[in-house]
Amino acid sequence: MKLLHCPVNGPRPVSEFFYWGEIRAMPDPARASDAEWADYVFNRNGAPGVKREWWCHAPSGVWFVAERDTARDAVVRTYLWGEGL
Amino acid sequence: MPFRLLRFALSPGYPEPRMFTAHDRLAPRYDVVVIGAGGHGLAASYYLARDHGISDVAVLEKGYIGGGNTGRNTTIIRSNYLTPEGVGFYDESVRLWQDLAEDFDLNLFYSTRGHYTLAHTDSAMRTMRWRAEVNKHLGVKSEVVDAGDVQRAMPMMDVSCGGHAPVLGALYHEPGAIARHDAVAWGYGRGADRRGVEIHQRTEVTGIEVDGGRVRAVQTNRGRIETGKVLCAVAGSTPRLLDMVGIRSPLYVHPLQAMVSEPVKPFLDPIVVSGSLHIYISQSARGELVMGSSLDPYELHSTRSTFDFAEGLAAHMLDLFPCLSHVNVNRQWAGMADMTPDFAPIMGRTPVAGFYLDAGWGTWGFKATPVCGKTMAHTVANDTNHPLIESFGLDRFADYRLTGEKGAASVGH
Repeated sequence: MKLLHCPVNGPRPVSEFFYWGEIRAMPDPARASDAEWADYVFNRNGAPGVKREWWCHAPSGVWFVAERDTARDAVVRTYLWGEGL
Repeated sequence: MPFRLLRFALSPGYPEPRMFTAHDRLAPRYDVVVIGAGGHGLAASYYLARDHGISDVAVLEKGYIGGGNTGRNTTIIRSNYLTPEGVGFYDESVRLWQDLAEDFDLNLFYSTRGHYTLAHTDSAMRTMRWRAEVNKHLGVKSEVVDAGDVQRAMPMMDVSCGGHAPVLGALYHEPGAIARHDAVAWGYGRGADRRGVEIHQRTEVTGIEVDGGRVRAVQTNRGRIETGKVLCAVAGSTPRLLDMVGIRSPLYVHPLQAMVSEPVKPFLDPIVVSGSLHIYISQSARGELVMGSSLDPYELHSTRSTFDFAEGLAAHMLDLFPCLSHVNVNRQWAGMADMTPDFAPIMGRTPVAGFYLDAGWGTWGFKATPVCGKTMAHTVANDTNHPLIESFGLDRFADYRLTGEKGAASVGH
């Protein structure tokens, strides 16, 4: 993966982006048990596969979603939050 | 030694047996199954057979012996860590390293070089003083030295770094060493093999049967094996195996790349690390410069290498060693590093009875090979965590008992 398609700026070198990890649902802090909260804070889905991730195009500050295959280093698609759901 | 070599010239056939026995088939059951024939898995099986009398062991490896991170690291051995737990653990490992070659009757090219961790900022100097004091308190040789000492030890280094971020001083760790990493896996493998352990290469684990919270069997591409104890020592593949037994973990996998130059005359005796420049370098016995940098910036389960990495590493290396500008790079490669949030491993028993974990070794596992083998063999044989690994359990995350080892990672990750 050398280019990443920013939904606003188009294809840009991957060095212009930073990665913010897989999108995960936060449990309600008021209701979650200690174990559920620790699971949310620390545990990850570390196995390979197609994942929905946060990425940011640093020069323009655009945050977007990338669906990426972490086994093949290939991006399936990218979109702004709310557009691709 | 020369007389031993003479046999090779005079004998009509090859006078030595092969290093490893090739086994045609898997037995239907073993006392212990070790997944992963890297340094850690082989060391554990070696100590299981040698110290605990358990030799009905199968080591399963989907590729070949030592072909994962054991053969992909940059071979640095040190114990100048930051937390008392870490220092105690790694120092035991450094001690074990020193007589391994004799134990194996195999030259590991273990070479004590001294290890400099350069500081370019006041805050880095402060961390170096802290590490030095923790180390000295625990009997590990570390001291803070100034830029003049660094220059005297390495006359070819530009300690001014081209004027941008001059070297202010360093943490000097005298026992810092390098070793031939393949030989470590081969030595442990041969030692285990001779004691009756079966090493099965090209044997991939496809499933693990758990019943009533206990491990019952392992499924492989070459058949099913019944066993009550499984040791998982598979570095970057750990999350996939944890999925098979239904354990969640904080492990995430990023590639760590490295590269090696063509051989040049020996000019760099010590091992050098710069956390600010994100680089480390040592010169191998063959004269090659072995160089590494920080982790790739995003999750990936692949060992591809990138031009970005080579370019970035070379640029920073030239800040420190402008004399290398005409040296060619021979090879570059990557390994899959299984990272943890607190830069300490995850070791010992797990919520699944009979399933033991030696993981989370990220970018720092090679130096710990002997002590991991020894403590995991103890843990598997007795079904209780070895005292040295008690603070590295998987349950520390649920209890918010993280270790604070991040400050001692060799480069800023």
